[in-house]
Amino acid sequence: MIRLEKRPAPSRAWGVAAPLLAVTLTMAAGAGLFALLGTDPLAAIRTIFWDPLFNEQFASYSRPQLLVKAGPLILIAIGLSLGFRAGVWNIGAEGQYIMGAVAGAGVALAFYPLEAWFIFPLMVIAGGLGGWAWAMIPAILKTRFRTNEILVSLLLVYVAEQVLASMSLGLMRNPEGGGFPGSRNLQQYPAAANPERIAGTGMHWGVVTALIAVIATYVLLHRHMLGFQIRLAGQSPRAARFAGVDPNRLVVICLGTSGALAGLAGLFEVAGPAGQVSIDFNVGYGFTAIIVAFLGRLHPVGILLAGLLMALTYIGGELAQFMLGLPAAAIQAFQGMLLFFLLGVDVLSNFRIRLGRREVA
Amino acid sequence: MDLSAINPVVLTASLMVAATPILLAALGELVVEKSGVLNLGVEGMMITGAICGFATAVETGSPTLGFLAAMAGGAALSMVFGVLTQFLMSNQVATGLALTLFGLGLSALLGQGYVGVKPPATDRLDLGPLADIPVLGRILFSHDLVVYVSLALVAGIWAVLRFTRAGLILRAVGENHDAAHALGYKVVRIRLMAIAFGGAMAGLGGAYLSLVRVPQWTEGMTAGAGWIALAIVVFASWRAGRVLLGAYLFGGVVVLQLNLQAAGVAVPVELLSASPYLVTILVLVVMSADRGRAALNAPACLGRVFHASS
Repeated sequence: MIRLEKRPAPSRAWGVAAPLLAVTLTMAAGAGLFALLGTDPLAAIRTIFWDPLFNEQFASYSRPQLLVKAGPLILIAIGLSLGFRAGVWNIGAEGQYIMGAVAGAGVALAFYPLEAWFIFPLMVIAGGLGGWAWAMIPAILKTRFRTNEILVSLLLVYVAEQVLASMSLGLMRNPEGGGFPGSRNLQQYPAAANPERIAGTGMHWGVVTALIAVIATYVLLHRHMLGFQIRLAGQSPRAARFAGVDPNRLVVICLGTSGALAGLAGLFEVAGPAGQVSIDFNVGYGFTAIIVAFLGRLHPVGILLAGLLMALTYIGGELAQFMLGLPAAAIQAFQGMLLFFLLGVDVLSNFRIRLGRREVA
Repeated sequence: MDLSAINPVVLTASLMVAATPILLAALGELVVEKSGVLNLGVEGMMITGAICGFATAVETGSPTLGFLAAMAGGAALSMVFGVLTQFLMSNQVATGLALTLFGLGLSALLGQGYVGVKPPATDRLDLGPLADIPVLGRILFSHDLVVYVSLALVAGIWAVLRFTRAGLILRAVGENHDAAHALGYKVVRIRLMAIAFGGAMAGLGGAYLSLVRVPQWTEGMTAGAGWIALAIVVFASWRAGRVLLGAYLFGGVVVLQLNLQAAGVAVPVELLSASPYLVTILVLVVMSADRGRAALNAPACLGRVFHASS
């Protein structure tokens, strides 16, 4: 009989090994899924995980895409990880991402066609504030009325999507766009554009910000009192209260930070790779970032690696779609599967497996 | 603007149709939460049920088989959640989210060949002369079977939870799993059964959406219905009767805003489309602001991990 015995403290070795095992298991299960869809599973796995980086034909296009896609994922996931550690569940990052993009693009469009150095910094501030303000709604409702932040933040995603639709069809519609929905293209407005900083790398300001966020969060969590309080509140809310940690303050800080970072991610996306506010410019980074945060074990360095891996599945997925006719939804299911395996193998870091006869508990 | 085009009788009848998917999913989640498990994957199970039911109905030509397949699909997906949270003791919030993300992907994958296909029509229940009663006949006696099943389930779940031994055991497991375990009840087994029931109900709700309410298959067609079902359980403070009230209230808002859009009221369309979500948030705030009630009724072990040795 297999029995699970709780470990006194989570195993550190398994903490590192579990995500790797989960990725391996997901690849195996994914191969099965692709085989069911009638695609050669080995070719599919190679196209998704190997070709974007090392295939001579595609790598020159795909490699820069890695940072372009990983940037927003890492930036959002870093913010989410703070909350997830403290037991504050912000799952509406997608909405905060949209609102950040709308606020930032709004600043740019208000100044159009002025060319001035201060426009881009103002947009960055507006983007962060937009996401922050959207996240403050669940935060204030949680602290004032004890309303569940999971439901409120998620429901606000649908509201944000309506705001986005309203903006791209109305207020922000390009007056020279011939009646098509969507704003002016910010890539063609130098003062507001967020182009590649180093040619051929995909590195834009959003990626730089993501790297800064990784380092800052690492310092915060391991060297700062607030980081200690966040970890304490997540592991033992009762102990945290006795230690004088104000739970409401943590809710506001965690939701505010994750909202601001998601808003920044949205802004850098709309000013850079996406280029314009349009009805469907958001592609679900806010939700995928939840997987990234867990895959990275809520640790900044882990999130950095997980973000790169998840970006790879996006790029490889597109490539597989193009080369092998693998449906786009297969990659979405694949990403969801990864989170399942990850949560499943986590049992190994918290429990020991014992073989033997079960006693009467 | 022409408000006279809105017929209150038709409005009430279509309100019941609009509310039924959410009512079914919320009733399932109510039972799951009463057993002490928080399954945030309702959205994923609903949309999986929607495509399972849709595909089966299209292939076999029978909506009834479609509804059954949807229940099976929802329950099967919920068992992934069940195994992870009950045997591998994973975090319920995270696992529920994973279920939703996976369900959205899986359903899009399954539904590839079904976009733009018309499903077989679900017949209205023939209640003979009752349907000819003015006003009441249109509102109460001209629906399909699933609407009546959902109403019967409200009464059934209320009665089971309140008056039967099975309901008492379910509540005991949800209120204090250690005590229930000490009394010899199989906590994990009971919870797995509750989770499967919740999955089947969410699947049925999803299929009602794709086979009757819309009726069509589009990716992501549940559009937050599963999350609203979760909110309605909180709004109902874990009581079956109030779930009915909440779902119909929500159905009313949905139908009314659609009618107002059609009538061309001078309110932005986007604001009307967002109104169901805004109303849900508002209602959640009002409910949770009432300190005593919401806290008293939530099952005490909701979302807590059970391990027999601890």
